[in-house]
Amino acid sequence: MRSLKRNIISTAVITTVALPFTILIIWSFSNRWFYPELWPRQWGLRAWNYVFGTAGYQIIGALVQSMLVALATALISVAIGIPAGRALGLYDFRGKDLISVILTLPVIVPPLCVAMGLHFWFIKMGLASTFSGVVLVHLTFCLPYSVFVLWGVFSNYNPDYEEQARSLGATSWKVVARVMLPLTFPGIMVAALFSFLLSWSQYLSTLIIGGGKITTLPVLLFALMGSGDRPVAAAVSIVFVVPAFVALLFSARYLGGKSIAGIR
Amino acid sequence: MNTYSKSLSTDTDARTRESPGFPATSLLVGPALLVVVVLFGGGLALGLIQSLTQLPTTGIDSLTFEHFANVLSDPDFLNSLMLTLYISATSTAIAAALSIILALVLVSLLEKYRLVHFIFQIPLTVPHLVIAVAVVFMLSPTGFFSRLAIKFGLIGSSAAFPLLINDRWGVGIILAYVWKEIPFITLMILSVLRHTGVELLEVGRTLKAGPWQRFRYIILPTISPSLGAACLIVFAYTFGAFEIPFILGQTYPMMLPVWAYKNYSDVDLLARPEGIATGIIIAGVIIVAIVLSQTLIQAARRRGTVL
Repeated sequence: MRSLKRNIISTAVITTVALPFTILIIWSFSNRWFYPELWPRQWGLRAWNYVFGTAGYQIIGALVQSMLVALATALISVAIGIPAGRALGLYDFRGKDLISVILTLPVIVPPLCVAMGLHFWFIKMGLASTFSGVVLVHLTFCLPYSVFVLWGVFSNYNPDYEEQARSLGATSWKVVARVMLPLTFPGIMVAALFSFLLSWSQYLSTLIIGGGKITTLPVLLFALMGSGDRPVAAAVSIVFVVPAFVALLFSARYLGGKSIAGIR
Repeated sequence: MNTYSKSLSTDTDARTRESPGFPATSLLVGPALLVVVVLFGGGLALGLIQSLTQLPTTGIDSLTFEHFANVLSDPDFLNSLMLTLYISATSTAIAAALSIILALVLVSLLEKYRLVHFIFQIPLTVPHLVIAVAVVFMLSPTGFFSRLAIKFGLIGSSAAFPLLINDRWGVGIILAYVWKEIPFITLMILSVLRHTGVELLEVGRTLKAGPWQRFRYIILPTISPSLGAACLIVFAYTFGAFEIPFILGQTYPMMLPVWAYKNYSDVDLLARPEGIATGIIIAGVIIVAIVLSQTLIQAARRRGTVL
């Protein structure tokens, strides 16, 4: 009885998670699919030919643009986040609660409000419609997020190893490169992947600050949704989701097994 | 998202050490704080200034509450606000209820936890835009479910299929949010249940507590802090997010974020400060919700009430 209930629930969960993707995949491989047929009348690669052929230049360009923005955001988030996470995770000092509040707000308050405020200022500083401007606006929520992840990582980190390395004559740089970074590497990867994913799926703040000049994949997908070509919209949706899944599989590797010690 | 919750739960019992002194810690935390304060704080402050000045181009010389007054007295604003509150509250409540049930079932599947964990990460990873597109393909009058209904003879034509997207009750929006947010809430609850819940439930069982008693006096108090935090995050997110209501919502009334952006991007430049003012109101509602819930939780703790 219990196992029956479990099976029903597992099936329901898997179906619910898989259904949207299944439908997107079927649509992307359909050439002709009329209402109310349950199955495409003619299967084919028209949408995929369009995505990688006819409009390939535009779509690959958007893919690269999205990738570069997300990579730059993740890299900067982690580079600034590591020292902050280290201090917050290892040491006890006054103002920690306040810092926690300051970092929580950008994670929760929608980027729409911030992007609209920053836009006018960014225009004056020549940052609007530029790559750096878009990365800066993504940093407002990616950076606090990665600080929180790294805060957790460093509260489980034992700095005594650094002491030992130092007593054996290692320089500060060596301690960081050979002791701290290797020991916290899985956690750092998770922080980077989360920042990457947050930046990757961002639409409105990119549109406001990028002003249509920085065409990331979601910006392009929105334009395509308006055209009403369902197979193409489905194919671009899949192109948009696959790198996120690759990042997830990658993080599953770091989240699981032995490396889980880094983040607990 | 779950690592975020874990980090919140671990930093309290961490082996924190004496600080190496103010200069050293501020050098470590400083850059991150500076970026957040300048970009986030600056963004909100500049938004506030722009929504309080006559025209965005003239500077601060003429301070006015006109834009806020215009927004607040606009009947569209009230309609948008009510719709937004209704959709956010409903999707949060449905997602929370289903998450509690799921977490209770899944906690007994501990040996399969990593698989469950992985499956749940999938909706967390999917961009909101993609699920919105998929919901259109599933729920629109010519979508998958409409085709299924015809196949099984439930309806005769697409016109007979109930309007589930771009509809008055925001069904499509709510379903998309529920699909997207259940894994987040469930994982937040599961991480608590897994650590403390199982043992406490054993104790409850040996003391002959019934299922309802176990739920009311053991599970609910154990999960309520994480559940509350997760619900707050979900509510705030659904209150201020753009993609899903833009694609799945109707043209009137719009959800607040869509309405704010519509005004902001209006060809009439006079509408722009009103769009920004709406954005500030959204941020204000969310910040008030955070502060209020924190205060309530702390007050309840001080009185010793078990939530």
